[in-house]
Amino acid sequence: MTQYVVLSAILFSIGSIGVLTRRNAIVVFMCVELMLNACNLALVAFAKQHGNLDGQVAAFFVMVVAAAEVVVGLAIIMTIFRTRRSASVDDASLLKY
Amino acid sequence: MNLHALSTIPVVEPVAADGVFSLLWLVIALPLAGAVILLAGGPLARGALDKWGHLIGTAFPVGSFLLSVVLFVTMLGRGEEERQVGQDLFTWFRTGSFDVGLDLLYDPLSSLFLLLITGVGSLIHVYSIGYMEHDPRRRRFFGYLNLFVAAMLMLVLSANYVGLFLGWEGVGLASYLLIGFWQHKHSAAAAAKKAFVINRVGDVGLSLAIALLFVTFGTTSFAEISAVSGEASESTMTAVGVLLLLAACGKSAQVPLQAWLLDAMEGPTPVSALIHAATMVTAGVYLVVRSNFIFELAPHAQTAVVVVATITLLWGAVIGCAKDDIKKALAGSTMSQIGYMMLAAGLGVAGYPFAIFHLLTHGFFKANMFLGAGSVMHAMNDDVDMRHYGALQKAVPVTFLTFAMGYLAIIGFPGFSGFWSKDKIIETALADNLLVGLCALLGAGVTAFYMTRLMLLTFVTDKRWAKGVHPHESPKVMTVPLIVLAALSVLGGVLLIGDWIVEFLAPVVGEEAHHEPPLAPIVITLLAVAVVAVGVAVAWFSIGTKRVPREAPQDVSFVTRAARADIYGDAINEGLVVAPGRRLVGGLTTLDRHGVDGAVEGGALAVSGLSGQFRRIQNGFVRSYALSVLGGTLLVVLALLAVNYS
Repeated sequence: MTQYVVLSAILFSIGSIGVLTRRNAIVVFMCVELMLNACNLALVAFAKQHGNLDGQVAAFFVMVVAAAEVVVGLAIIMTIFRTRRSASVDDASLLKY
Repeated sequence: MNLHALSTIPVVEPVAADGVFSLLWLVIALPLAGAVILLAGGPLARGALDKWGHLIGTAFPVGSFLLSVVLFVTMLGRGEEERQVGQDLFTWFRTGSFDVGLDLLYDPLSSLFLLLITGVGSLIHVYSIGYMEHDPRRRRFFGYLNLFVAAMLMLVLSANYVGLFLGWEGVGLASYLLIGFWQHKHSAAAAAKKAFVINRVGDVGLSLAIALLFVTFGTTSFAEISAVSGEASESTMTAVGVLLLLAACGKSAQVPLQAWLLDAMEGPTPVSALIHAATMVTAGVYLVVRSNFIFELAPHAQTAVVVVATITLLWGAVIGCAKDDIKKALAGSTMSQIGYMMLAAGLGVAGYPFAIFHLLTHGFFKANMFLGAGSVMHAMNDDVDMRHYGALQKAVPVTFLTFAMGYLAIIGFPGFSGFWSKDKIIETALADNLLVGLCALLGAGVTAFYMTRLMLLTFVTDKRWAKGVHPHESPKVMTVPLIVLAALSVLGGVLLIGDWIVEFLAPVVGEEAHHEPPLAPIVITLLAVAVVAVGVAVAWFSIGTKRVPREAPQDVSFVTRAARADIYGDAINEGLVVAPGRRLVGGLTTLDRHGVDGAVEGGALAVSGLSGQFRRIQNGFVRSYALSVLGGTLLVVLALLAVNYS
């Protein structure tokens, strides 16, 4: 049990460090997904621990939201890349141009 | 101080108005109607009103006077217990327990005032027909005069303090309009403003007194307060009395609120006569006498009245001695004479009737002399400097003779009206307090001096006329009122026959139980006459026997210089009130600009600066936002953990 939670924490930390340190929007995006899935892992682990389905249901919801987010996020990244020929999040620091 | 505080205080118990008394309201309504027609009717019938306005304006007060006479005669026919008549016109306003009606009270005190105000007022109106003949704004002048008379009648007829206050303020307004009637002159406009502002100080006293009375008794009506006035504590009564005295000081030009009266001479002369004789300055005396049920229970307030009055009667007399302006000399004299009335009023039951008696006789002779002074000015091309007069008795014989009657009356020449009234006041004052009595006696001597000086400078001595002045007697319309007033000045003393006025006023002000002058009355009378004779003699030898220079000499004593400057009344006001007031306002302005505005504007600046700093956080870099989100989340989690595991 503890190992699952520790793994989840490690994954979440890796994800958050990636979000904070990487510039490439695609990598940032992947790190976000990593954080979400770290959460999923924790949810499922706790669900198993407590012996009910609440955590598993929540994990499904997270997956659905993540999928929707991927659709919108990738579309935005695509558009930004098309207009600026760059996928760096630091280049997109202004709302216009 | 007061030996009579224990004597019973009469209660005001009016009977309902019936018969001719139901017309009481008309006494006020007539002059008021005149004022409305003349002032508001201008746009409708300007031509006719400009042509006939002065006659309309005179007819209304005359009608009011005739009605007053009828009322007076009717009242004399009644028994003493039925002489107080109340007429409740309508409820003026009612809020909660504060119920004020526009109620009138006609009693012996107000009946005498009615006769004085409408009688002398009508004569002044008649005189003004001649005096203001060539003034293009004559219609307006008569409108204001009517308003003045109506307000004063409201003041003396009201049955409660709130109605009295209405008249009080009306008088203040009308005096402002009339003193500043020639508003194109800067000095007149300033004098009007000064009178108005100084009167406001007194009005604060009156309104506070009314509020205090209402809080204490739950009513403002004379009848109800007088019935229960004994139940209030003496300290309350003293507070009310002192506040009423402040009010009286403002309206009656008593020290320390006297400074407006001399400047008020900027108004047309009939206005001065009206202010000094029939209306306005007598209001303070009326207020004190009317509030006898308060002052009788507040010996300390009475002492204050006596002190103020004694100071004023000497103060005014000294000013009168040094003024070269004939109207200002008379104005100083008014201050002094009102001081006598206030003195009598402050002496309590023994003095009230004599205060009113002197008020009536003073109303006659002062109106007479003011109108006489107007007639002299008329003859001298509106020059008011007595040093430019001299030897006028031949040029204006009627004015001279009538003025002489007023003169003899005011100095207290035996047999004339002022003799009886002033003598009684001195006698009462001596019986009460030796020092006050001696001051009153001294005042009589000084009065004799300055009035003799005025007479000599104006009518006797040698000619000092300006070039091109050809004195001529005034028209009949001006001299007839003078003659009537001169007759009244001579005969005013008849009111004292058999102590008539004392008994007549007894239902209102009470009758004193005992009266023991320190000297026999005849000795006091002789003493007063002797002092007057000395005053006249001094004036004769210092002025009558010498050549009078046309220009006022400058190398004069300190006393003369002080008196010429109104005993530094203006300087005192300037130093004690105006300058500190300016400094206070200046300080408050600085405080407002730098303190209050500084705090508000500083606050705004701080917020604006802080916003500038906060703006930098919004830098647009996604990763910094992500960091703050993470940090915030961590904080929340840590806080939750801390709460859970503590």
